Amino acid sequence: MIHSLFLVNASGDIFLEKHWKSVVSRSVCDYFFEAQERATEPENVPPVIPTPHHYLISVLRHRIYFVAVIQSEVPPLFVIEFLHRVVDTFQDYFGVCTEAAIKDNVVVVYELLEEMLDNGFPLATESNILKELIKPPTILRTMVNTITGSTNVGEQLPTGQLSVVPWRRTGVKYTNNEAYFDVVEEIDAIIDKSGSTITAEIQGVIDACVKLTGMPDLTLSFMNPRLLDDVSFHPCVRFKRWEAERILSFIPPDGNFRLLSYHVSSQNLVAIPVYVKHNITFREGSSQGRFDLTLGPKQTMGKAVESVLVSSQLPRGVLNANLNPSQGTYTFDPVTKMLSWDVGKINPQKLPSLKGTMSLQAGASKPDENPSINIQFKIQQMAISGCTQAGQTL
Amino acid sequence: MRNMSTAVLYNDQGGAEAAVEAGQESTPTTSSSGAAFGLFSTDFKKNEDLKEMLESNKESLKLEAMKRVVGLIAKGKNSSELFPAVVKNVASKNIELKKLVYVYLVRYAEEQQDLALLSISTFQRALKDPNQFIRASALRVLSSIRVPIIVPIMMLAIKEAAADLSPYVRKTSAHAIQKLYSLDPEQKEQLIEVIEKLLKDKSTLVAGSVVMAFEEVCPDRIDLIHKNYRKLCNLLVDVEEWGQVVIISMLTRYARTQFTSPWKEGAIFDENNDKTFYESDSEEKKEQTEAKPYIMDPDHRLLLRNTKPLLQSRNTAVVMSVAQLYWHLAPKHEVNIVTKSLVRLLRSHREVQYIVLQNIATMSIQRKGMFEPYMKSFYVRSTDATHIKTLKLEILTNLANEANISTILREFQTYVKSQDKAFAAATIQAIGRCATNISEVTDTCLNGLVLLLSNRDETVVAESVVVIKKLLQTQPTQHSEIIKHMAKLFDNITVPMARASILWLMGEYCERVPKIAPDVLRKMAKTFTAEEDIVKLQTVNLAAKLYLTNSKQTKLLTQYILNLGKYDQNYDIRDRTRFIRQLIVPNEKSGALNKYARRILLAPKPAPVLESAFKDRDRFQLGTLSHSLNVKAAGYQELSDWPAVAPDQSVRNVEVIEPVKEWAPLVGKTKKSKSEDKFYSDDEDEKEEEGSESSGSEDSSSSSSSDEESGSESEEESSEESDKTSSDSGKSSSGSEKSSSESEAEQKKKKKTKKAPLKKNKLTAGDSDSDENGNGPVAQSSSSSAESSSGSETDSEDDSDSDNIAAQKKKKSEAKSKPKVEVKSKKEVSLLDLDDFSPAPTNAPKSSVVSSSLLSDLEGLSLSNVSSTMQVTTPSFGPVKTYELLHHMTGKGLSAKYHFPRQPCLYQPSMVAVQVILTNSSDHSLEEIHIGDRSPASLNIHCFNTIERLEPEASVTVSMGIDFSDSTQAANFQLCTKEDQFSVSIQPAVGELLMPSTMTEEDFSKEQGLPGGPSAAAPWFWCLWSRRSPAPPCSPSTQRRASWRPCCSETSNKPSLRRRLPPPPPPPPPPPPPPPFSL
Repeated sequence: MIHSLFLVNASGDIFLEKHWKSVVSRSVCDYFFEAQERATEPENVPPVIPTPHHYLISVLRHRIYFVAVIQSEVPPLFVIEFLHRVVDTFQDYFGVCTEAAIKDNVVVVYELLEEMLDNGFPLATESNILKELIKPPTILRTMVNTITGSTNVGEQLPTGQLSVVPWRRTGVKYTNNEAYFDVVEEIDAIIDKSGSTITAEIQGVIDACVKLTGMPDLTLSFMNPRLLDDVSFHPCVRFKRWEAERILSFIPPDGNFRLLSYHVSSQNLVAIPVYVKHNITFREGSSQGRFDLTLGPKQTMGKAVESVLVSSQLPRGVLNANLNPSQGTYTFDPVTKMLSWDVGKINPQKLPSLKGTMSLQAGASKPDENPSINIQFKIQQMAISGCTQAGQTL
Repeated sequence: MRNMSTAVLYNDQGGAEAAVEAGQESTPTTSSSGAAFGLFSTDFKKNEDLKEMLESNKESLKLEAMKRVVGLIAKGKNSSELFPAVVKNVASKNIELKKLVYVYLVRYAEEQQDLALLSISTFQRALKDPNQFIRASALRVLSSIRVPIIVPIMMLAIKEAAADLSPYVRKTSAHAIQKLYSLDPEQKEQLIEVIEKLLKDKSTLVAGSVVMAFEEVCPDRIDLIHKNYRKLCNLLVDVEEWGQVVIISMLTRYARTQFTSPWKEGAIFDENNDKTFYESDSEEKKEQTEAKPYIMDPDHRLLLRNTKPLLQSRNTAVVMSVAQLYWHLAPKHEVNIVTKSLVRLLRSHREVQYIVLQNIATMSIQRKGMFEPYMKSFYVRSTDATHIKTLKLEILTNLANEANISTILREFQTYVKSQDKAFAAATIQAIGRCATNISEVTDTCLNGLVLLLSNRDETVVAESVVVIKKLLQTQPTQHSEIIKHMAKLFDNITVPMARASILWLMGEYCERVPKIAPDVLRKMAKTFTAEEDIVKLQTVNLAAKLYLTNSKQTKLLTQYILNLGKYDQNYDIRDRTRFIRQLIVPNEKSGALNKYARRILLAPKPAPVLESAFKDRDRFQLGTLSHSLNVKAAGYQELSDWPAVAPDQSVRNVEVIEPVKEWAPLVGKTKKSKSEDKFYSDDEDEKEEEGSESSGSEDSSSSSSSDEESGSESEEESSEESDKTSSDSGKSSSGSEKSSSESEAEQKKKKKTKKAPLKKNKLTAGDSDSDENGNGPVAQSSSSSAESSSGSETDSEDDSDSDNIAAQKKKKSEAKSKPKVEVKSKKEVSLLDLDDFSPAPTNAPKSSVVSSSLLSDLEGLSLSNVSSTMQVTTPSFGPVKTYELLHHMTGKGLSAKYHFPRQPCLYQPSMVAVQVILTNSSDHSLEEIHIGDRSPASLNIHCFNTIERLEPEASVTVSMGIDFSDSTQAANFQLCTKEDQFSVSIQPAVGELLMPSTMTEEDFSKEQGLPGGPSAAAPWFWCLWSRRSPAPPCSPSTQRRASWRPCCSETSNKPSLRRRLPPPPPPPPPPPPPPPFSL
């Protein structure tokens, strides 16, 4: 399956390589670099690249390319999913997944990769298991290790891999038993110029942080399970029970994990909680354009809209923007033509706005496209879908 | 020796590294020869001090050194010269150091084969380690060292590990199989044997890995799968996610060779029907008697059913593989269920989207309907990467039809304005495709495209020109205006493809634009030399065509262009020029071809068909690398076509030992219950619910009607009952005044042929043992089966024990031929017609006989302190409620269930009999299962004998006695295996502490007079019975009742529990089947 893995940074250097079978020369990555050069944007590198003897499957995350070398037929998603799992594990271990973090922890990274794949076939990918095998580095442990010469490698061999509950390690003990469930919902919507919604869909996840002693068996029920149109579960959830009773019953892994993600059918009308009034014009002949943007909350059930971030890709003709935000700060990158405005919290009494002029390239004709505006925001303690939890039991 | 390391490699570009390798090649063991090259001198120095550190005595120094070595490996720097120093540490005690050494070994052993051999003995020793993890990791490293010399050692190790008790080690051995195979393909035969063995493994841990090995080593040995097919299907949900992907894709291939196509014309399906049909407990013994044009093989259905839940997996690869399985295997109308899940994947990472969209694109060509409802999910977002956008566009185009085209086109309008020009160009092509596919919008699209010709962006204009050219070909007649317009644009367009397209249009339709075409040619003549090749070729074409149609104006121009072309640098152009000249300019050499020049050049050309790029991708299995690349990848296995006739399906039959049913009531009966279980389920299959019910009730009504003298009440009752279930039987019972055992027998016969299952919890009718004993009808109307009382196997008071036993014996002899079924079915069927029953296993009654005779022995002992009139009934079975004692999750594979057999405890009268079913659901055998500490310590338990060994999947039923001291306090004790101890507790329900007994009314009143006496329980029973029985039959004086009331709720008015009764007198005549319990 997976032959080798190369980690390539944004500038095109291989800074880590790992082979699970015979060594594959790093020159195989030349094909990847070619593709990288051809791509206008880093994201545009095709995920699957054929070379004469190998196939390269890559994912880009945190501005690092994880390039896996494959020699024969294998479902590409298998490799892609695995690479993402690797990145998630690194992130879990080091907090961030950057080139520096990986270089600093190269030994741990190597040990992890060694455990995650055997002969190119995934072996242990559950973070609970891996953490038993290899303890994540902490500042304290690093200090202790340097002084005492002890190691990151777990002394105890994990039992979880053998048990019927492969995702949970045994012998968990807490003095404070607690479990938290976060429901995070995202709306994806496309809204046209005039403000009418073209598509909107809600995607939600329930992230859990469970710190319970022993082998707890939890159930979680919803007030309105019908809302959840399409669900995918962590392997710990008993599917049969969900099918029959719409109740989540599971023995949770220890620590943080994603319990389920769901999709709320797009048939339901989704109320978008913010609106944007925009007026962006370019006049023919003049080198000036006007930019006027106002945000406002809409149907938020009294909750505050927070961490609002507006970004817009302005046309290539725009040289600079001279804008005046009523709150927050804005930046304009003259190279990528990316305008981003960090609004913060929306105050319904005083709506945030961004007004000003844009200077255009002299002599250039009026840009014909309208820039698209992306808005990200957060609303605490509100579920757009109206999904509510009925209760949970131990 | 160096053969393999370089076989598959690219040549190292780093010259220095290559030099090092070359150095090793000559002297493989002297490792530092590469260091002689100046480039490496610094590294060399560093490595030297690493060597020192490695050879020091300090653990921490060694560790530090190894960490740095691993750092070197990670950077791809050569550190092979450290091999001897590193390999010494392979036996280190420090786990981390050991692991790092392993990392090093696996990386460099191939290059340093001789030295690597030094480490082998360490691994061989570790292979025998009692710790399974150490065994596994030793095998992992040993098999990862690619040294051909140790192949025999590896082979041996693999074989041993494949038989290891630990599933984890077996899993590792499955991985090792692939490694060994890639190292030495000649071992194939032996490896296949190991694979065959491992395929039989029941552990979910092993399943994924061994199938992977199967795919690598012998994907064509489909015969190995047959026997394991059903097991794999059933295990699938519990296999780890990566294994699921591999198994699913293997099963997809398997299914395509073993089942017939579900896509045939006229295939009729009733999913619901299928469901109920297959979901019954019985294993694949479906009758396929109904005449259907196509009947899906039950195994085929099994696969589809068991993979469906995996669509909910969080692992996108699993979801995709299930989707492709449905696509390739499911009947057309069932494929739709995968849509939702695939659309969900679009929310995942970009790379995942890319692959999924590719697959959707292929699917959407064949099956528009599948994705149409989700069209909006494919709308492009400004943040998507270009290749994602293009794929979405592709899908939208595939989905376009008359109904939604306007929406799609409106969406396309926005896309055309995108700043991503490659995407805008792709959109224009998409519009072109929509225009050709849907004739209603062709004109609209064309107009829109013409408008785009005035777009400021060159790529957009060029793309539009190209697309318009294609569109015009489909309907050239009415569009000379557009051609003229394009001719005007010609000067401003620089993209070669667009220029060439315009030139071609001019030439093709030169007769429609007679004035403009020559002018364009004139312009081209001026710039000919500066044009791109493709434009030059089209210029030559245009010149030739104009020469033929309008030679007056263009003769000179044509000659000029042909002359230019003659000396062009590109030989294609020179060739074309020469050819055209011969064709159009008449001279003596050109011959006959000249005459046809016009017909050759100006022949009407068919319009190009604009097709999806994914049109031909369905030749590849979805979700594969080959599909993604649209090229056959190495190792791709074709999906075979469905066989016309299904191969023998019995090859998949396995003798499965079904797990013991939970309610299996008696130790000795477990076996029987199995067979019976089968018996029933078969029946269930054969007849659907209705039939069996009605026949069952018929049966009961007939038996009741045979009780000639039975009181009218009982008859009423029974007829009432039967009325409830089926009007048929109601009729028959009410109408039967005569006691014709003949008719009964007839019915029985009918039944036999029908094999109507006697369902538990069915009606009870008059008990018939009275007939047997010649006592006349003791009006044993069922003690209201609806209320599920059990008793009713009583005889007249006067019957002596010996009578009973005699009767028993008599019956036993009869019973030889008589169906246990009947006994089991908890139905009162008159014993008269026992012989009419279909044969069934005969060991069942024995056990009850034995127990009753035992009881009679006991009785003698205890008679003294009990009133002889008290008879304890022993309902030997019934759907006893089973409680969980130990779940297999908590019991590390050991699970225990218990139930109260409701029989007098053989060990001590004050104990309650408890039966415990121990099942080993782990994959290794459990040893020495026994009972450990108990609490409270005074608890009196009669333990079962230690079970020495319990194999995986096996279960054993043991009985024990517990003295609850008449309280409902739980009995806590420990269930121990060799390794573990599990605290368990049995909490008895109040009812379980009581002993059922029967007595006459006289005795009852006598007992009543002794309040608080040990037997005071009896009156209470009596009360209960009379309260609950709606219509007490006949005179109580001739009646004896057995009643068993486990329902605690009824006891609430009773202040205290009674002492358990001592062993009872022997039970009444044996086989009369007890009425059912339904709790």
